[in-house]
Amino acid sequence: MPERFGSRPAGVEARGWGWRHAGRIRWAVDGIDLRVHAGERVLVAGPSGSGKSTFLHALAGVHGGAEEGESRGTLLVDGVEPSAARGRAGLVLQDPDSQVILARVGDDVAFGCENLGVTREEIWPRVGLALEAVGLDVPLDRSTSALSGGQKQRLALAGALAMRPGLLLLDEPTANLDPHGVAEVRDAVGRVLDATGATLVVVEHRLDVWLELVTRLVVFGRDGRLVADGVPDQVLRDHSTALLEAGVWVPGAPAEVEAARPPRTTTAVLSAEHLAIGREPGALVQSGLDLDLPEAASTVLTGPNGVGKSTLALTMGGLLHPIAGRLAASPGLARGLAPEPIRWRSKQLLTRIGTVFQEPEHQFVARTVRDEVGVAVRALGRLDAAAASRVDEVLQRLRLDALAEANPFTLSGGEQRRLTVASALVAQPDVMILDEPTFGQDRVTWTELVRLLRELVDDGTTVLSVTHDAAFLAALGDRHLELTASSGVGRRAA
Amino acid sequence: MSATGQRATETPSPARRSSPERSGAAAPAAAPPAPAAVIARPGRLRFVGRVNPVTRLAAAMVLTTPLLLTVDWVSAAVALVVQLVLFAFAGVTPGLLMRRTWPILIAAPIAGVSMLLYGEPSGTVYAEFWLARITDGSIELAIAVTIRVLAIGLPAVLLFLDVDPTDLADGLAQVWRLPSRFVLGALAGARLVGLFVEDWRAMGLSRRARGIGDHGALRRFATMAFALLVLAIRRGSKLATAMEARGFGSDHPRTWARPSTVGWPDAVLVLLALAIAAIAIGAAIAAGTFHPVWS
Repeated sequence: MPERFGSRPAGVEARGWGWRHAGRIRWAVDGIDLRVHAGERVLVAGPSGSGKSTFLHALAGVHGGAEEGESRGTLLVDGVEPSAARGRAGLVLQDPDSQVILARVGDDVAFGCENLGVTREEIWPRVGLALEAVGLDVPLDRSTSALSGGQKQRLALAGALAMRPGLLLLDEPTANLDPHGVAEVRDAVGRVLDATGATLVVVEHRLDVWLELVTRLVVFGRDGRLVADGVPDQVLRDHSTALLEAGVWVPGAPAEVEAARPPRTTTAVLSAEHLAIGREPGALVQSGLDLDLPEAASTVLTGPNGVGKSTLALTMGGLLHPIAGRLAASPGLARGLAPEPIRWRSKQLLTRIGTVFQEPEHQFVARTVRDEVGVAVRALGRLDAAAASRVDEVLQRLRLDALAEANPFTLSGGEQRRLTVASALVAQPDVMILDEPTFGQDRVTWTELVRLLRELVDDGTTVLSVTHDAAFLAALGDRHLELTASSGVGRRAA
Repeated sequence: MSATGQRATETPSPARRSSPERSGAAAPAAAPPAPAAVIARPGRLRFVGRVNPVTRLAAAMVLTTPLLLTVDWVSAAVALVVQLVLFAFAGVTPGLLMRRTWPILIAAPIAGVSMLLYGEPSGTVYAEFWLARITDGSIELAIAVTIRVLAIGLPAVLLFLDVDPTDLADGLAQVWRLPSRFVLGALAGARLVGLFVEDWRAMGLSRRARGIGDHGALRRFATMAFALLVLAIRRGSKLATAMEARGFGSDHPRTWARPSTVGWPDAVLVLLALAIAAIAIGAAIAAGTFHPVWS
């Protein structure tokens, strides 16, 4: 089978290699000594900010020149500098939306071949084989924007595969996918490796996804140096504490959080009757929904991609108009206002329902972390010392106090998520709604977030979270709502 | 998203899977069919659909530039009538015309009315109120301008009715030999616009959620515009990395998976455009209404 793809696996060699981003004092990665033999399958794990991705990008030869940073030591793919080994490495990145290049599936897969100067007669057979290998059975002219997240990642994989790389580099390719998408991509990678025999280097902090597929586990430490390197089972045994501290999800070591418990009351703070939802009046995604949120309990909403979970969350949050039916707040939540949250003013909504969006960057409005948290306080017109200390308290509680003067856009993914939670929390809303709060979180930040939400619930806040995360559901699914395409919403208590 | 994902195994559209045009050596028999640059698609125009998008761009320029040089009603009317007849032959039905060109159909009379009221007065004055004056001269100008907007706008829209941006980019790079880095960079970047629309919407909702959605629309717009700019730069740099990882942007010569060629239909369209322009200007000169903008 490998000869069908006509590529020869590539070897990797790093000797004392390091990389420093332009304008930084600290080396992001340093002193890396690593030899990967042709055909090996290596999983790279480590805490966020340990330079795993930097290393992977360098192997792909996509680090720019001096304006992006500088390197030291030696890094070789097949004995030559990565930038000189054009087409030997294929890279798949984390964000499905940012790596679709062209509008049609076939053209997108062909793009890399064109850049390598492959003749037209050879390109289209390669495109066909690559799509077949990743199991993406769609017409060549299918619009790439109509694909699901998992399909987009498989498309990116096909695009890399069509270039016939000897080295496949994957940078957390499943971090933004639902469980179905994760399995899709992992299985596709397995098929591709079997078909090509290519060398694999995959960066990931959820080890269980890749352990079956890899032959070696390499762990980066917080200081950007190698901590462990060896056969996966051995490394897991000998370094499990280091891995857990680094935020890596180690199989068989679930996060230490309490399990969900049944709601204390059946009193509903928000209830929907025959609710029909959509982003705009013409775009109905669900109708006839009957559901309610029990007071001072955590409700978890699950369901496949595209079924309308986020739309439902935004509607429950008083941000989208119901297309039909009714969403009503309890008198205790409305506190003298009309029962429909969509009729409340923005400022009135603030202290009643707080919504944390899926993409943190969509909600940043201030230049520093402190100002960002202070937005709600200023909107409420509270400018006294008590308000200032409230901001400090929330910053401290979410471990953002050291970052108070940083620009929100420069924070890491986990920090950004904590900041969005802090900015909603500061207004002390009765209801908190969170959309995919644990996407891409490592084990440490995940645990913090889950514990914080549980504390809020204990203090009387009502929480609704949209998620695909089974562990999150186990910890916070006091009430479980499952949204399906056909039968609307089903509910279960913990 | 997954709703569409579930339908992933739909039968391929026969149009796109149709036999590809290949240049050079014969392709291996086992090759899957390739989408060619010029292929039959439902709803496309007769004849015009076989013309390379870049030639259509050229034809639109050839056709409309002379019409911009004069402001008389004869040249515009002649051009418009000939165009409408030709587009009717190409399969543009009145319904299609309405659906696809309505902004121009609305804009043209509006431009005309403003000329009617405020155009340079001359001859008999029919009505007058404040600054507005309807005269022989302004009536003539109003008619000329209305027809001219139609004569320039309709072919520009109709010629590009079924142009796919990818095919246009292929033409610009392969036929007109514009730098591929520039053309493909712009093509890939344009695809991000759809994401920005989503970003904008989510940002607006988040402003309401954060208690700053009641007042200060202008300020809100400014902070959203800035945030969108930051997001655009981030998405752009991620896309650039993805493109670079696929070998884009090196000095190595590039090949093209989709041929983009020109042939006799292209020559015919350009000649037609030239002929229409010449007939229109000629008719105006013959009728004595030719009125160049510089005089």
